[in-house]
This record gives sequence, structure tokens and C-alpha cells, in this order.
Amino acid sequence: MSASTEGREPLVRLTGVKKYFPITQGIIFRREVGRVHAVDGVDLEVFPGETLGVVGETGCGKSTLARLVARLLPVTEGSIEFDGQDITDLKGNGLRAMRREVQMIFQDPYSSLNPRKRVGAIIGDPFDIHGIAEGKERKKRVQELMETVGLNPEHYNRFPAEFSGGQRQRIGVARALALRPKLIICDEPVSALDVSIQAQVINLLEDLQEEFHLTYVFIAHDLSVVRHVSDRVAVMYLGKVVELADAKRLYAEPKHPYSGALLSAVPVPDPDKIHERKRVILLGDVPSPIDPPSGCRFHPRCPKAQQRCVDEEPPLELKASGDLAACHFPLEPGEDLADAKPGIEQDAATVAVAGVTSGTDLAPDEPPHPA
Amino acid sequence: MALLEVRDLRVHFETDDGVVRAVDGVSFSLEPGQTLGIVGESGSGKSVTNLAIMGLARGGRISGEVLFQGKDLLKMHTAELRAIRGKQIAMIFQDPLSSLHPYYKVGAQITEMILAHEKVSKKDAHDRAVDLLRLVGISRPERRVDDYPHQFSGGMRQRAMIAMALALDPAVLIADEPTTALDVTVQAQVLDLIERLQEEFGTAIIVITHDLGVVADMADEVLVMYGGKPVEVTDRRTAYYGPHMPYTWGLLQSLPSTGAEHTGDRLLPIKGMPPSLIHLPSGCSFSPRCPYVFELCTREEPKLLPADPQKPEHLSACHLSLDDKERIWQQEVAPTR
Repeated sequence: MSASTEGREPLVRLTGVKKYFPITQGIIFRREVGRVHAVDGVDLEVFPGETLGVVGETGCGKSTLARLVARLLPVTEGSIEFDGQDITDLKGNGLRAMRREVQMIFQDPYSSLNPRKRVGAIIGDPFDIHGIAEGKERKKRVQELMETVGLNPEHYNRFPAEFSGGQRQRIGVARALALRPKLIICDEPVSALDVSIQAQVINLLEDLQEEFHLTYVFIAHDLSVVRHVSDRVAVMYLGKVVELADAKRLYAEPKHPYSGALLSAVPVPDPDKIHERKRVILLGDVPSPIDPPSGCRFHPRCPKAQQRCVDEEPPLELKASGDLAACHFPLEPGEDLADAKPGIEQDAATVAVAGVTSGTDLAPDEPPHPA
Repeated sequence: MALLEVRDLRVHFETDDGVVRAVDGVSFSLEPGQTLGIVGESGSGKSVTNLAIMGLARGGRISGEVLFQGKDLLKMHTAELRAIRGKQIAMIFQDPLSSLHPYYKVGAQITEMILAHEKVSKKDAHDRAVDLLRLVGISRPERRVDDYPHQFSGGMRQRAMIAMALALDPAVLIADEPTTALDVTVQAQVLDLIERLQEEFGTAIIVITHDLGVVADMADEVLVMYGGKPVEVTDRRTAYYGPHMPYTWGLLQSLPSTGAEHTGDRLLPIKGMPPSLIHLPSGCSFSPRCPYVFELCTREEPKLLPADPQKPEHLSACHLSLDDKERIWQQEVAPTR
């Protein structure tokens, strides 16, 4: 763990958590023919009051991880502790009690709200389910919540369709807040929103965190948003955490080549900065999680890959900066990933490292026109 | 003569609730090899503008002129337009899964496009499809050409779309949110590809996006739209280092800061939400959300004019005086970036 979190009791502790989805064949006798390794051995701790950002490409398992923590999916292997209690196999009343403490905000404010229910019913549902408040008391509390998240309490009887995207996301936030949870898992909470509205929702989440002492697990693919909200950031690749670091340090000095490439790919809204830096372009796609590569899973795309990376899987371990990274050859401060040369053969998904100025390595074939 | 010139384009839709003024007076011109970035929130009219250029804004009342190589596309017959659409002006859509036909092989869709416009044999068209897929960086194109869209990943589909758009070496490429559905790593691949192809073939590009990072990366000129109207037109550097319109300031301030010294500072969102295009506010349509609003703003609509006589290329639609604009930008907006 990084220095700042030593000696504190984590709110959530994941130990060796794995989630495999079976791929089956056959209609009556379903045989398992393979497994999607969605989350493959994650150890992670989330401390009270912090915001842990989780980033990675599509299919890296970040959403699955979120659903495992919220116990919306059962884990295949490993254990999840919440507030000192093992919740891996909780059932019935125990699970219900735990759900009061862990809530979720979803990405799409259109599909995550029932279009045929009124806002009052949507936000008040948690009160019914947990038998906390009914009648006038319930309405009063729902309206308080609406006010907290910046909605007009008079809109209690409206349908979700009558609200804009940003307002709908506020409804989602109010619903998550209803039971005063300790942990809120935000799965891409602002991706579907316009920039100006996105900033409103981020500010709201930050205010609520302060007011209600919330802990966030914040999943997003927008890296600048993650940097803005997070204290620590976990970078995931193919079901594994490859780097876990203090947000500021990660963005200034990524250790894992994947984090480095990911960060260099973010388009910065600043014309001078974007043209002075080198962009490392990872070619190819993320390999299939059904049959992940041997050794370090990033080796087929890594600009620094060596034979050792193919043979031996690097553990997530403490590096010089005090942060965790899973890499045999972590980046040194000031090292330029764009200059790295892989020491192994990489096939179709070869890494091309392009500075923004290079424009030569188009395929050597003829142009689309033989004209 | 500019390659593509749009003059006072208006697209209005009649609905039961009233007239939706989706695009209301957009003008710009585009030279070969140039990239124009159109920025704005959802509902600002940026996509409809480009659908209208392509003759695809069905059901809308369209007025104005769209001059492509001097000829007005809006006055053309469908057959004439069809000869230009795809061949001379190509488009990349936001969502590659819904813009590729799921029942046809990727190669067949590219081939169809080539056969529709040129007299070549099926085999030649197929070979060209393979070359195109190779050009956009799809490995083993001779095999992938016979794949269906669902067998491609998101980034590959978008690259296949680009291959299709570039098949006939168009003069103008319209990219509507080309990378919004993609991961940053794939986004970098796709943007890089578009830029390199532009260098190679001298294509003029219109890139529509809400991502100011993409614009900073690609565009030469920036057009900011709000409520169906252009509110600021300028070159890229000015758009980021000295814009004149409070809405542009708001967009820049809404983003998490890029400077390390500002990390963790509170974001400064634009208050309120985008206006309804049926009932636009009187005067300046941004006035209800503008922190610098004054009496004139609600009374009279500002015209898109150069605020600084020294920079006739930099247009903005705002009643604030040039002194005020420069003072507010330097004292209040720029330091938060």
C-alpha cells in the first residue's frame, strides 16, 4: 500500500477476487467449453472517505469488478470484506443489510430509471424495500433528497422522461443516497453527459462526499475526470490491476507501460501541450479474455516487452515511488516510452510508437486508388 | 473559390409543439486539406448542420446555400446528389455498429460503395476493399474482409467505416463524433489514422465533436455552436488561448484542468441547461446561463461579428465590449485553466 494509507482499516478489502463467466455449448447438456476471465485475481483495498478511481479499456473488467463489490454478481474465487465483515457469500437478510451500505450509480441515466415510475417512487423505492419510511414521512424524505441533489422537490410526481440527462443522473444519485450508504460505486456516472453538465454532476458528487462522508469507487474511461475526482487510481488491464497509485503521482509518473500509453493517448484540450508531447499509440486491440496471453498480459502490445514478460507473470508489487505496479521493467522517471523497443517478436498487434509528427508509416501498399 | 462553402444554412423542423430551429444561420467555408472543428453540446445543431450538407436532413425545411466546388447541393436533384455523396463528400458516423449493416460482410459493404460510383469489376472492387482495410491498419485484411461487423471490435468497425469513407478518395470528409464510442487508446489510433490520411490525400475534414481535446488535436479552425447558431468562429489557438464568447469560456472551464497546479480545484460548470430549440430565449440564446449577462443581452440578439477590428477572422456573437472580453478572459477565466 502507498504510504498515505498505511495503518488505516480499509472499508472494502478484495483478496484474490476472480470472476469467470462460463462459455457453454449444447442445448440440453450444457458443456463448458471456455471461460471469460473477466476479473482474474484482484487484490484491492478501499479506505473510508477516499475516492478510488478505476480506469482501463473496454473489457478490462472494471464494471464487473464494481458489480462484484456491490454483490450484484457472485464471485468465482477469492473474498470480499466490507467494513470488517466477509460478504463474499452473504445471503438473505445479511445481504439485504449490506446493500444498505453499498449503493451504485449507473452510466446511462436513460436505461437505469424505470420510465413508467414517477420520480418519487424511484427515489423512494429503497425506503419501501428496507421498510424505513412510508407515507408522509417517505415523501418528506424523498423531497429532502431531491433538494440535496439539486432537483426541484415539486417535481416529485414527474416521470423520468420529463427530465434532461443531467437531471436524470441526479435522480440516480438521490436514489443511491436514500439509504445513507457508506460506499457508492459510480460506474461511468458522467460519460453520457455533456461537458457543462458533467462538471455539475462531478461537483455534486464531491459536495455529497464531504457532507455525508462517502467513499467512492469511481469507474470511468475519461482519464481527466478520474484524475480530478480520485485520491488513488487503479489501472486495470484484462482482468488484472496493473498499477495502483496516488492519482497525482500516477499522472505525473506512470510506472507501468500500459498506464503510460493510456495517459499519453488522452487528448488534452490545449493545442500547444498536445502538440509538444509524444503520443504512444498501442496498435491492435485488447486480446481476448477467454484465452489471455501468458506471463504479463500486456506483453503482446507492450513497447518494453522482453522474453521474461512472456514467461513470467509480474506480481503487483511496491516500486521505488511507493506505488504498486505489476511490471518487470517499470518506467523510470523521465523515461520516454516512445523510444522503447520491444525485445521480442510481436505479431499483428505490434506496437507502433508514433510521435505526432511522424506521418510516414502508412501501409506500404498502393493508395486506395490505382488512379 | 472555397472547396465547400456553407452560407446562412437554416434547418427548421415543423413539429406539433412548434418549429424546432435546429440550425439557424450557419456559415463557414472549407479549403482542401483544412480541418474544421464544430463544437457544441447535444442539441446545438452540429450534427443536423452536416446532415443537411449531405442532403440527409429529411423532413426539415432547409434554406441557405451549400456550395460544393461552386455548385449548390441544396438545389440538386437526388441523382446528382447521389453522385457526389459518398464519392466527393464522405461521412463517418458516431456509432459504427449501427452504421454498418449487420447482415452483410464488411467487405461487401465497402465493395458496394465502390461499385455504386465506379465502373469496375466486382473482383477489382473486392481487391480494393482489401487494400483499404490494410490501409486503415486491420491485420490480415484478405481474411477479415469476409467477416461480419459483429466479428469486428469497436475500433476495427470504426476503422472499417473510415476505409469505406475513404474508398473513393473524397474531397471532403465529415466525421460526426468519430471517436466518442471508443476507448482512449483506440481513439488515438483512429485520430492518428485520419490525420495521416489527410496528409497523404489532402482531404478537407469537418470534425464534429463535444470533446475539446479532439478539437485541440485536429482542427485548424473552430466553430462553436449554441442553440442552433454559431457563436464563435476562430482559429484553433485563439479558441483555447483567447476566445471571446462566454459560452466558449464556460466549455473550457467545465473541463478538469490540464495544469498540474490546478488538479483537484473545483470545476466551474455552466449553470442551467441548454435551451429548447422551440422556445429560444429572447435576445442572446445563451443569456439565461451567462454569468456576464446585462440588459442588452436579453433584448437584442448579438450578431456574429469580429470583436477586434485587428482580427477580422475571429468572429463572436456577444454584446460584451472587446475590453470587457479581454479583461474577463485574462483575469477570471484564463487563470483557472
